[in-house]
Amino acid sequence: MARAGGPALTSSDESRGKASACVARAGGSALSRSGSGRDAVEAVWRIESARIVSTLARTTGDFGLAEDLAQEALAAALVAWPRDGVPTSPAAWLLTVARRRAVDTYRRRVALDERHATLARDLSESVGDDLLWDPDRIDDDVLALMFVACHPVLSREAQVTMTLRVVGGLTSDEIARALLVPTSTVQARVTRAKKTLGAAQVAFEVPPPGERRERLAAVLNVLYLVFTEGSSATSGSDWIRQDLAHEAVRQARVLAQLVPDEPEVHGLLALLELTAARFPARVRDDGEPVLLEEQDRQRWDRAAIRRGRAALATAGRVGRGLGAYGVQAAIAECHAVAPSVEATDWDRIVVLYEALGRLAPSPVVELNRAVAISMAQGPAAGLSVVDELVAAGRLRESHLLPSVRGELLRRLGRHDDARRELEQAIALCGNEREREVLARKVAALR
Amino acid sequence: MKYMLIMRATDEAYAAFQDVDFDTIMEAMGRFNQEMISAGVLVAAEGLDDAADGVVIDFSSDPPVVSDGPYGETKELFGGYWILDVASKEEAVEWAKRAPMTGPGQKTEIRRVTSIDDFPQDNEWIQKERAWRERAGQL
Repeated sequence: MARAGGPALTSSDESRGKASACVARAGGSALSRSGSGRDAVEAVWRIESARIVSTLARTTGDFGLAEDLAQEALAAALVAWPRDGVPTSPAAWLLTVARRRAVDTYRRRVALDERHATLARDLSESVGDDLLWDPDRIDDDVLALMFVACHPVLSREAQVTMTLRVVGGLTSDEIARALLVPTSTVQARVTRAKKTLGAAQVAFEVPPPGERRERLAAVLNVLYLVFTEGSSATSGSDWIRQDLAHEAVRQARVLAQLVPDEPEVHGLLALLELTAARFPARVRDDGEPVLLEEQDRQRWDRAAIRRGRAALATAGRVGRGLGAYGVQAAIAECHAVAPSVEATDWDRIVVLYEALGRLAPSPVVELNRAVAISMAQGPAAGLSVVDELVAAGRLRESHLLPSVRGELLRRLGRHDDARRELEQAIALCGNEREREVLARKVAALR
Repeated sequence: MKYMLIMRATDEAYAAFQDVDFDTIMEAMGRFNQEMISAGVLVAAEGLDDAADGVVIDFSSDPPVVSDGPYGETKELFGGYWILDVASKEEAVEWAKRAPMTGPGQKTEIRRVTSIDDFPQDNEWIQKERAWRERAGQL
């Protein structure tokens, strides 16, 4: 039974992966507006890209070539499908085109060496093969793809670009719009990344156990970056930016299926679901960002909260304790289940920030802990933690420190000191909207 | 964006389905579901019990007429649904095309699932519904 190709109950004759037959059959059935055109090709590509590129990478043993072949197949689909309709088995069509191109490429190289002759023979036998990919291997192949896209020889921005490109199946234009860079920059990054991977002779494989934890951390970090890129932006075309956050959540779900025994994968998934749950409430209709304490909690996405909590429970069940993502998710969960700021379990949040500070020490975490302490025990207790940061000379360039310090001083009734801190925060802050919020706080002091 | 894939089929299509081996159906449906789970797009799904055991209330007359069994004059019966969290309608369509449906009378309808944010937020009933969604963790 064809796995991804046609409907699984169709007879095997119909789902046989011959590209020409597929097109002929689809001609009559796919003429509706939603069933053809560029949008349909891009939709199929999002679904199939990871499996197609990873299957090609394993059979050719050459990730860069696999990506080229996949893009050629996509380009062919963009010409053929709007004209002829989407084939019954789009994945088979794409793979067949890509494998034929691979055979052509190898035949051109045959004169140079014998290895390519063998590859060309093997591949030409697999062209038109009914079985698209080995169901027992495809999960490992997709996982290998995620690891290669996030390989340490690549820069962080190249990792992000390659992940969106090969795992997410986004086009260069879509990536460019999402990352707010020109399309030519995306294309240059892809070309350079493939060259770098080729030069470093990076094998297409899931890393061996010894390297796995560290390599997985890179993949998680890239997904986290993609998510924050999409969630923190208030500039640019908003919908595509939210799309980016959504794509990170989707890939985290994929990864949680592929490596179910890693608590941090579930921890990251939980963090992303719980954070995305707040999206509907975090921007006012006029585009103004809304602080957590002022958000209308009834607008939070309850289903996303449920999924996030389920993922967090899984992270806890898998064992070995929560990692940094899991702890951040647990903090997000405290907010997600609280009916209001006042009714939030701040004691627990303090404990969780202490844990986070041990797992991933940073002055920003320490500052958050200070805020949580001020909510649990009052502003004086929070202020003493902030003052330790000041004494240690941490976060000197950041507006966060004086803005938190100013807020705590305000709550203590020390308005002159508060004003001085908040004005310093305004001077350091680069974001106009945040400056306005701070200025309003200063104006409210009397 | 969330889309609901709604299974629809005629009596004849359901009857034809009875002849298909149960394990075959389970295998095909299971693979389809698993594929959507693996791709991170499936967020909800339910199947409906036999339409013959259902009840239909027809509001054409006053008082309405309550009758047992399937829809009567309606040609197609709903069999169940999936809710997918995808980037576009086209992606929902492409997933729907992969469902293990075959034969005359089998249809799948794709509809966007509205969000409560689509409704006026100052409406009292919308606010009550929000409160219930929050309590119940309702999608």
